[in-house]
Order: sequence, then C-alpha cells, then structure tokens
Amino acid sequence: MEKTLKNVDDVVIRFAGDSGDGMQLTGGRFTDTAAIVGNDISTLPDYPAEIRAPAGSLAGVSAFQIHFSSRDIHTPGDKVDVLVAMNPAALKVHREELEPGGMLICNTAAFTKKNLTYAGFDTNPLEDESLEDYFRVYTIDMSKIVAEACADMGLTPKTVNRTKNLFALGLLYWIYDRPKEPTKNWLEKKFAKRPELIEANVRAMEAGYNFGETTEIFTTRYKVDKANLPAGTYRNIVGNYAVSLGLVAAAEKSKLPLFYGGYPITPASDILHHLSALKHHNVKTFQAEDEIAGMTSIIGAAFTGNLAVTASSGPGIALKGEALGLAIIAELPMVIVNVQRGGPSTGLPTKTEQSDLFQALYGRNGEAPLPVIASATPGDCFYTAYEACRIALKYMTPVILLTDGYLANGSEPWTIPNVDDLEPIDVKFADTSNIVDGQFMPYLRNKETLARPWAIPGTSGLEHRIGGLEKEDVTGNVNYDPENHHHMTLTRQQKINNVVNDIPPTKIFGEPSGELLILSWGGTMGACRSAAEEMQAAKKAVSHVHLRWLNPLPKDLGEILIRFKSVLVPEINLGQLVKMIRADFLIDAKGLNLVRGKPIGEGRIIEKINEMLGN
Amino acid sequence: MAKSKAVEKKKYTRMDFTSDQSVRWCPGCGDYAILAQTQKLFPDLGMDKENVVFISGIGCSSRFPYYMNTFGFHTIHGRAPAVATGVKVANPNLSVWVVTGDGDGLSIGGNHTIHLLRRNLDINVLLFNNRIYGLTKGQYSPTSELGKVTKSTPMGSLDRPFNPLTLALGAQASFVARSIDRETKHMQAMIERSYKHKGTSFLEIYQNCNIFNNGAFAPMTDKESKADNVLWLDNGQPMLFGIKKNKGIHMDGNVPQVVELNGKISTADIMVHDETDYVIASMLANFTYQPDFPDPIGVLYSIDAPSYDDLVTKQLAEAVEIRGTGSIQDLLNSGDTWVVK
Repeated sequence: MEKTLKNVDDVVIRFAGDSGDGMQLTGGRFTDTAAIVGNDISTLPDYPAEIRAPAGSLAGVSAFQIHFSSRDIHTPGDKVDVLVAMNPAALKVHREELEPGGMLICNTAAFTKKNLTYAGFDTNPLEDESLEDYFRVYTIDMSKIVAEACADMGLTPKTVNRTKNLFALGLLYWIYDRPKEPTKNWLEKKFAKRPELIEANVRAMEAGYNFGETTEIFTTRYKVDKANLPAGTYRNIVGNYAVSLGLVAAAEKSKLPLFYGGYPITPASDILHHLSALKHHNVKTFQAEDEIAGMTSIIGAAFTGNLAVTASSGPGIALKGEALGLAIIAELPMVIVNVQRGGPSTGLPTKTEQSDLFQALYGRNGEAPLPVIASATPGDCFYTAYEACRIALKYMTPVILLTDGYLANGSEPWTIPNVDDLEPIDVKFADTSNIVDGQFMPYLRNKETLARPWAIPGTSGLEHRIGGLEKEDVTGNVNYDPENHHHMTLTRQQKINNVVNDIPPTKIFGEPSGELLILSWGGTMGACRSAAEEMQAAKKAVSHVHLRWLNPLPKDLGEILIRFKSVLVPEINLGQLVKMIRADFLIDAKGLNLVRGKPIGEGRIIEKINEMLGN
Repeated sequence: MAKSKAVEKKKYTRMDFTSDQSVRWCPGCGDYAILAQTQKLFPDLGMDKENVVFISGIGCSSRFPYYMNTFGFHTIHGRAPAVATGVKVANPNLSVWVVTGDGDGLSIGGNHTIHLLRRNLDINVLLFNNRIYGLTKGQYSPTSELGKVTKSTPMGSLDRPFNPLTLALGAQASFVARSIDRETKHMQAMIERSYKHKGTSFLEIYQNCNIFNNGAFAPMTDKESKADNVLWLDNGQPMLFGIKKNKGIHMDGNVPQVVELNGKISTADIMVHDETDYVIASMLANFTYQPDFPDPIGVLYSIDAPSYDDLVTKQLAEAVEIRGTGSIQDLLNSGDTWVVK
C-alpha cells in the first residue's frame, strides 16, 4: 500500500510506561537520533521518585518527552502530539496532555484486567471506543510481536518482553522517517558483552519499523526537516553533565585542582557521578557522610587552594546553610550548585521547581550575602557553572548556582565551545608581598573588587588564622568592636554588590520599550522566549528579558523595567523574583505562578499576557 | 602545594609556634597545659611550620588554633573533621591537626568524627575531654557521668555517657590513645606518637574545667590517688599499677580482673599490653567509668592501615596512567557530535 510522506515543522512525543519499561532509554535514543538528523530538540524526562514502584501502578509511571523541530525551539513543548502508552497507568496519567486528534499508541499486552484495575479503569478504554472520539488510536500487541521476532533465540520470555520499548522506538523511527543506525551502534556498545541482547533489541526495533512499513494501520509518515541551527560542531547535552563540564573547564582554565565534596541527592547526584569519572582531569571527588560534611569539606579544600565545589538540592542546601555562613565570613571561593526540586521538605524529589531562590539569597543567619547565578537551559549550565567559578575566584566568595530538575535532566543540541574562547580565570595566590610590617594581613583587600588575598597552607611566612568569629578588617584578628562589625557587614555586602561590574548589559528580546515585558530567570527562559516570539509574531508590544544573575541584579534592569507598562514574571514558585522586583524597583510587577512540579508551558504565559493586555 | 625542602630543615623554637594573640581561657584551665606542650614539642617534630594546619570547631578547646602560629581555621560547631578532610585531600603534604572537645567532637560533630576515623585520613585529632559544656556555661556533655547535676539537669542527667575510646575503636580508628592535662611529659609523648602515626590518630586528653567541672579527673591526677586509678600503658609490658606497682590486670578466662601481686600471683600472671591487639584495646577502653578498674592512659591501639588521602592520590595517578592527563577540550569534543555548516 502506498504511504504518504508529509512534512511537519515540529512534533512532541511522549513515551510513557512502567518504571521497568525502559522509557528513559527509549527517549534518550530518540533524542540522540533527532540530534544527529539535525533537528532542534528539547527534552523532559519525568520519572518517579520510587526506584521500583509496584508494576502497573500510577506512581510507577515513567515518561520521557521530546520536542523536535525544524525550527529554533526553546521548550520540551506544552502539548503532546504522540503518546506512547506502554500500560494502562501510563495512559491514565498522561492522556490529558495529548492533543485532541493526537496519535495514541498503546501496547495492548499490558492492558490486562489486573493492570486496568490498578490504573483505576473500570473497563478497557481500548475496547469501548471512548478514546477514538478524541485521538487517533493505534493498539498493538507489542509483547506478542517481539516474542515472535525473537522466537528462535532461546531467550527467556521475560528478557524478550523487555525489548518491547525498542519495538515502540522502531515504530516511531518509521513514522518520523529516522535512521536506525545510531541506535544499532549504541546497542552494540551498550551490550558489548551480551551479543544476544544486541540481537534481540535490534530485532525488536526492526520489527517495530517493519510494522509501520508493512501493516495498513499507518498510512502516513512524517518528515521533520533539519533545523536551521547556527554553524558549528554540536552534541546533545544534559544539564547535569553540562554543569560538570563547566566546572572542569574552570579548573583547567584557572590551573587549579577541582575538589568536589558532596552527598548523594536527587536530582543532583549525576554531577557527583560525572566528576567521579574524571579523575584523570585532576578532579578529586569526596562522597561525604552527610550534606554538612560535603559543604565543610569544600571549605577546607578552598582554604587549601583548590577550586572547591559541592552540589545538592533544596533539603541538602538547607543543611549546608550554617557552613555557607562560614564560607562567607571566611571569604573563601567556592561554588554551591542547587539543582532545585519540588519542596518543602522531601517534597517532590524528581520534579522541578524554582522555589529555592529566596533560600539561595537569604537562607542563612546574619547578613550573609553571596552572588547567585541561574542556568537558563541545559547547555547554559556549562557557561553558568564556569561563570560561577570565575566570579567565586575573582571576588573570593562562595557563589550559588541554581539549576533545576528540568534543566538537570533535560537536554538540547549544544554547540561545543572552544575552551580558548572562554573568559580567562587568573588566580594569584598571596605571597610574601602581602606582608605588612612583618605581618601577613589576610583581610587586606583588593581595592577594586574588595576581594581578600588567598593565602594557602604551605606558603612560608603567610601562616595565619581565620574563623567564623567576626574579625577586624585587614588583620583578620577576632574583634567584637561595634564599629568594626558594622564596617565588616557593609564591606561584605559591598564586595558582592561589586560583582555587578562583571555583569554585561542586559539583552532585551524585542523592542526596548512597550506594553509588556516578560521577566524570567532559570529554566522558565525557554517558555518565556517562545511566548514572546508568538506575541511578537502577532504584532504585540511584548518583549522578554532573562536574568542570569539574581544577586546582584544587573545595573540596567531598573531603567529597562520602567520602559514597559507592565511586567510579568512567570516562576515555578509563589512569586519570589517578582517580590524582589517589586521591592527593589517599586513597580507593580505581576507574577504567573504555577507550582506543579513541571516547567511552565508557553501557552499559560500567553494566556496570562493576553489577560494583562486586555485581549 | 607545599614546597619541597631539599636544603636543611628550619630550626624553630617554641616562640615560632606562638601567635601574637593573647590566650583567653579561664585562669587555671587545663587547656593552657595542652597548648604549652604542643608549642614546646612542635619545634622537635621536624615539620616546616607553613605545612602545619590546625582546624577546630566550636567550644573552649576550639580557640586553640588562634594561639598557634601556624595556618589555622576556627570553623563551626562539630565540623572540624570534615573541614580537615577537605584540607588533607586537597593537599596531602600538609600536617593537619583537629582540635575538638567532648561536645564538639562527640555530640554535634559525632558523625564527622566517626567517619574521619573510619576513612583513616592522615590527620591528628586532639579531643579535649572535660566532661562538661564550658563555653555555654556548664551544661552536661555526652561524656558526663550518669546522674550529673548541671544547669540543664537539676535532677541529674539521664543519658549514659559516651566513652570516647570505645567510640573511636568502634569507628575503626587505627590509633587510639589517651593522656591527661596534668601529665605534661606523657602528653608530649602522646602528641608525638599521634604525629608519627600514619592515618587518623585519636588522642583523648583528660582536661580539667576548673570553673564548671572542677576535679572531674581528680582521682587520676591527685598525688595520693592517681597511682591506684591510672593504668599507664606501655607496649609489651605487663599492665601493672599502684604506688608500688603491686597491682595488675589478670585475665580470668575472658574476664579481666584487678589482682594484687603476692606469693601466688606474679608478674607472669599479668596481662601484657599489645598495641596491635584490638581485643585488648577494647577491653582497656571499657575500664573507663568502671569504679573497680583503673583508667587506661597511653596508647591503647595502633595499627597500620591505608590512609584515605594516600588512596585518593594513588587513584588519581592510576587514572592518569590508564587514560592520560585529561584535556577539557577533548572531553567536550567527545561523544556523538555532528557538524552544522
């Protein structure tokens, strides 16, 4: 039968199934293939906190969403065009977000009475035609087909059944006209020691591909052309890996050994994993006994002259709070990464949120300022991590880098940077020239930055003592004098304020004045940019500013804000940046606040803008 | 990195290790003796002063680094072992000392203490045990004896005390010793042993707080009683004590008992100390708080064990040997890449 090939601009696929169904792997493969094809991509893994929730349960549903396009895209997509549901629970959890008329592909083998009951279905929705009114439904017994495809291999039925995700992948490859080779190569590497698994998975993928080709169920294939990306060498990059690479780059550029001390926590652990594998880059990783030890070990390493880094998520950052105060008063350089997740308390460990901005800014006793920078996209995590290190070393201060669960696990195509093009990081340890009248002065500051000298153990003549007690300026000796404390409090604040001199002029996407300005920070950048693009295409006077530095805020922000009649700040929290903007600039900025453990969709932002513009 | 000194070692005096800060402990505090012995001993240890780092937490004892003219860091409550771990891993050539107390090291920082011991970093821990909270003005501590009447326990404390030595042994410490603030020569010897031990050295020092817990160790320090209450440990020697060395520890099967030497019992019946024997060390450690036994003072346990910082260094070298020195540009360029023209 003749199949038609239709061109489309962009597609959102969501693979959903049980935790054990290999949905993250399937999504990862589709992503890499899309990247190699040359599409622009943005992905969103969505997995449960439980390692193995009961099979078939709603809690155990794991999903991976990929948005791929021939255009320049910024988000993993609001609405799903294709939902692959490997079991009833996956259908139940995700069908609401499938577009009307969207493609629904189900593995009927998993739609057993038990699984249906477990997912809360009274009847089998695949049999009562209740779905056909809304979606294009394709029911396939994937388990049976892969069993047939691997029948002569002598593998256990369980092993064979585990290849059904590759069947789904193969089918999607056929529908979207994708090459199978990259996945074959990947399987050959992954299962190098288990050739029978390579064979079984390849057969399953081929079976899926051929199923699309030969059956009459699918009549149309879709083609998503290459995106018109800027020239360069690309790779696909995941946020947590990008952070790790940024840190290693900063270590190499500053010629410092990297010391990472941390405690495993979702969704930050991958940074520890990545860095642990880079010992040949002179990276020392220390898995501490707890979050506090992770933090205090890096204070020790910073005191000793290493580029010191820790990463955690909100609950861990809370535990590090007291030690952060020590790092601030000791004025030692280090970077603390907070991969934000849903809170409070244990909250939603695997879901994303932006609710730790205030924690980063204010979550310590005393007047304890530090610079705060946030990543906008998975690839931007590289540059923000690098910049956080650069500022920490230049100003002798701890810096907090905020990413989030979505950025940490999400991915996008990324132009590989040339390390020579990165801003240099020049570190000069204190030497005997810092001695005044025979005495080393640990708090004798650089006049321009107010950074203090970095005098590391092992340097003769610079023996000195520091600590958490208030200290006299210049000498660093313990001092309880009221005027000195006031002076030191102001000095520590001024030093952080000085970081503003390292923040480039703010870029405005769109006209420099107008009806409405979208102001964003962190991972909501993409959705805000997409919303601005759409509004501008509709000839609305809407512009977008994204903040990379949250503390200090850029110098020119105030004058930009007042050029717009209204300001909208979308955040995955109850309004943290918006409160800062209102307080600092005395303007009536509005928030759009959705705290659902998911990125804010551009659709909701557009809705809100239209409401504000009175459309 | 520490500079290597191929040329002759610097000669130091006690004053070289004395900072310009005035010491602010209460007059009569046992801490003075520990500071003095440390400053006296250090010139003899042969270290370059710039390679010495003192790390402390919070408490009276933790003011110690301010008074040593070396690198020093007065950190936050309980965290000195973790800060010290960062220092030592970052630069294994440094001689790293942790000064802590019974509250700092065994209560708020107990977790870090046990993990430091377990990892066996080459760090020396001096734990000043005065069995009281001094800096916060006299609450009972985790080593205060049961029933201790203090400001926070007017009817007596209800929690059983920690024994620092059993805790250290339980945490797999490779070196466990105890000394007393009043025994200055012994203390110097113990600090020197700690320094020479490769791996974490855990030295508990009985330290009198003359303000809030005066006389806590009087039975072990008063002239008339100390001989009967202290068992001075000497490796390879029988465990004898008493003014005439006429008492000893005898093993009745697996049960230690205090015996007097007489016609029937001779030195041959007395247990001989072996610093490498974990069972003996545990037995000795448990004499603490037991009214019928003398408190063991000296090196209870000392074994060779790989230190974490050494292992880190080796693993890094191994990684470079296998994979070559990493370059960030190569790392960035690795994986599946594609070119857009």
